[in-house]
Amino acid sequence: MKSLIDILDLTTDELDELIACAEDIIANPDKYAEACRGKKLATLFFEPSTRTRMSFEAAMYELGGNVISVTGAASSSAAKGESVADTAKTVSCYTDIIAIRHPKEGAALVTANNASVPVINAGDGGHCHPTQTLADLLTIWREKGRFTNLTIGVCGDLKFGRTVHSLINAMSRYEGNNFVLISPEELKVPSYVKKDVLQQKGIPYEQTTDLMAVMPKLDILYMTRVQRERFFNEEDYLRLKDSYILTTDKLKAAKPDLAVMHPLPRVNEISVAVDDDPRACYFKQVLNGKYMRMALILKLLREAGKIK
Amino acid sequence: MNIDSIHNGVVIDHITAGSGMKLYELLGLGELDCSVAIIKNAVSRKKGRKDIIKIDAEIPVNLDIIGYVDPGATVNIIKDGRLVEKRELTLPDKLVNVLKCKNPRCITSCEQELDHVFKLTDKEHKVYRCIYCETKAN
Repeated sequence: MKSLIDILDLTTDELDELIACAEDIIANPDKYAEACRGKKLATLFFEPSTRTRMSFEAAMYELGGNVISVTGAASSSAAKGESVADTAKTVSCYTDIIAIRHPKEGAALVTANNASVPVINAGDGGHCHPTQTLADLLTIWREKGRFTNLTIGVCGDLKFGRTVHSLINAMSRYEGNNFVLISPEELKVPSYVKKDVLQQKGIPYEQTTDLMAVMPKLDILYMTRVQRERFFNEEDYLRLKDSYILTTDKLKAAKPDLAVMHPLPRVNEISVAVDDDPRACYFKQVLNGKYMRMALILKLLREAGKIK
Repeated sequence: MNIDSIHNGVVIDHITAGSGMKLYELLGLGELDCSVAIIKNAVSRKKGRKDIIKIDAEIPVNLDIIGYVDPGATVNIIKDGRLVEKRELTLPDKLVNVLKCKNPRCITSCEQELDHVFKLTDKEHKVYRCIYCETKAN
């Protein structure tokens, strides 16, 4: 695997390998402190981001490497009309590995097709965000100890929520899982996710608008934000943004070992009071994301022959 | 109705009736200098009715386009008035610059030089999706 564009670029064996590596990094951070010494990560972020960019940069620094960075299309050659393909070829000359976030769907694939170094998709519009899924998977693994036989509720913006699509893709490869898709009518999971993933693999799922009706059966509740930047129409955003707000009261109906996850940032879909509930895992997810990005950078650089 | 036989060229036969014009346009046959005949609703023993396209020149035709529009069609290569090759078609795994992605959020909407590439994701239902954004072709 040269690059990571979609979570399905990784086999389940490779996912196991990344999780094992992340666990080892957590247990023995000193062992990895010089692993990427002298190597450079380019973070090309053409769309606003705080945690993903910082997570990549922190990951590279903790591996002993360096980071060069572009933030925002306005401050890069993209503002002069440079194509993504040309940017990829140019940046490859300066760096050992690239992480790119771009508002257009497929931009990371174009980058990978034109770069001479490994490319990591750090989010391409509403399409894919595989490293968030890696963070999600490590969190599920650490909280549940398994990837099988789970009832996974995903709630909020399931139409534009790329993390949801990637998570469904990833978890549908394991046995015995079923999905509960909780969203307003207008923000349902796209038909291609239902038809090509869930229906094609015969995975049980239900769609509902009522979070409370399904709360008691969930092992995982993956909350998402209604993303203003995905709407062409501000009125639609305002109407839908507060569709679901998770509170401590609502959690009373949930299992005692429920894992509440969220890719963050949250706006107000999870009440701050929930943060103190032991079932809240979203800040652990952030930390897990850094460890999985470290494991991924190591894997890609190793496979590219840039480190041992 | 009679259309003269061609001496050197290509005959696309057994086109599903009504698909001939679509193929003519997608193959860009209107831009050729040679004679091109479209026969619509010809009698067919196999299909009842069919369309036929005859191209009076030895030109390479994009088999992927024909396979996508009508995998049941056949492509016959004629040389010196004789049938020298008959090509059967299948649904192509990949289409390059045959379809345009209509998703305004797709990278192809702003990168003018980028090939529009679709891959076959569901053979049974003939579903093609953009390789960049996974939008379904229609």
